Amino acid sequence: MAEIQEKADSGKGGKKRAKKMSTHLDMTPMVDLAFLLLTFFMLTTSFSKPQTMEIRTPIDENKPENDTPIKASNALTILLGEEDKVYYYFGLGNPDENPEVEVTDFSNNGIRQVLLSQRVKDNPKMVVMIKPTEASRYKNMVDIFDEMKITDTKKFALVDITEQDKQLLANR
Amino acid sequence: MPKAKVKRTKPSIDMTPMVDLAFLLVTFFMLTATPTPDEAVIVDTPSSVSEIKLRDADVITITVSNDNRVFFGVDGKHTKETLLDRMAQKYGVTFNEEQRQTFALIPSFGVPINQLGSFLSVPGPERKDVNQPGIPIDSVNNQLSDWVWETRKLNPSVIIAIKGDVDVSYETVDKVISTLEARKVNTFNLITDMETRPTIN
Repeated sequence: MAEIQEKADSGKGGKKRAKKMSTHLDMTPMVDLAFLLLTFFMLTTSFSKPQTMEIRTPIDENKPENDTPIKASNALTILLGEEDKVYYYFGLGNPDENPEVEVTDFSNNGIRQVLLSQRVKDNPKMVVMIKPTEASRYKNMVDIFDEMKITDTKKFALVDITEQDKQLLANR
Repeated sequence: MPKAKVKRTKPSIDMTPMVDLAFLLVTFFMLTATPTPDEAVIVDTPSSVSEIKLRDADVITITVSNDNRVFFGVDGKHTKETLLDRMAQKYGVTFNEEQRQTFALIPSFGVPINQLGSFLSVPGPERKDVNQPGIPIDSVNNQLSDWVWETRKLNPSVIIAIKGDVDVSYETVDKVISTLEARKVNTFNLITDMETRPTIN
């Protein structure tokens, strides 16, 4: 469009000179398109790769020598209950030990303080047994693993809940 | 007296630098874009302080939705095609070429194998609306176990990621984990969201 007009002008001069063409170009449509594409790609790109948490479960080879018995004094049992409640007691939960089941939650002053307490931290042999009940949800499991990471507790295991534990919960 | 003419200049700005920048960004995003695949179901993953990133390739994703349905997904077009053949043979079902092609393209599915054929025949845009009942994981009919097993036989370097919803009951997650343990998978990843590590004192 612009070029045609300029050609019409060039007839005036006596000498035929190489007319300096204006280098102006209407870039608006191109810019529109460029930004449209830019917006599209910005919105569809997912930068964040999913985070993961690695879990290793004990290898069940059915070899009795692999099962190292834990002394009751070196065990902390955490039961994940309904409505994000956490129950815990020290020991393995044998009825003759008469374990004292305490209830807490996932807040900063909840199970984390138990894991950071002298009784757990000062005992290098302490093993934390995590037993989610049927009433707990997946988030609880992830949260308790997270607490292990936060409190730097290395020895922990995911264990199936036993009848004894169910009894303990029912009796409280 | 002639009126003083206001000289009209065309309002034009030099857009070149802006265009340069815009195209640079477009190119950057185009090259880095990995479009988020259409997930079969939307799950809200729990958050954790873990900072391990999930790797890009050779990952089996087991998705557990909040209504306790289980979905299976694996990457790799070739793996998926061979996997489907093996599973078809195992369960005595047949898939036509078109269904195999579709299977190689979908990121995950949650239907029992006898319904998989008809699920794959549903045209693309409608497939999202199909009600997928989830892959059976009962002890009598554990198809998830076979999917995982066959995939691992095809690609031994594969890792398993469990993507569970916040509200899934532990019972279902336990079933999935037990299934994996029964197949001697003792290391797996739980997909989580990012969370800042709280300071402990």
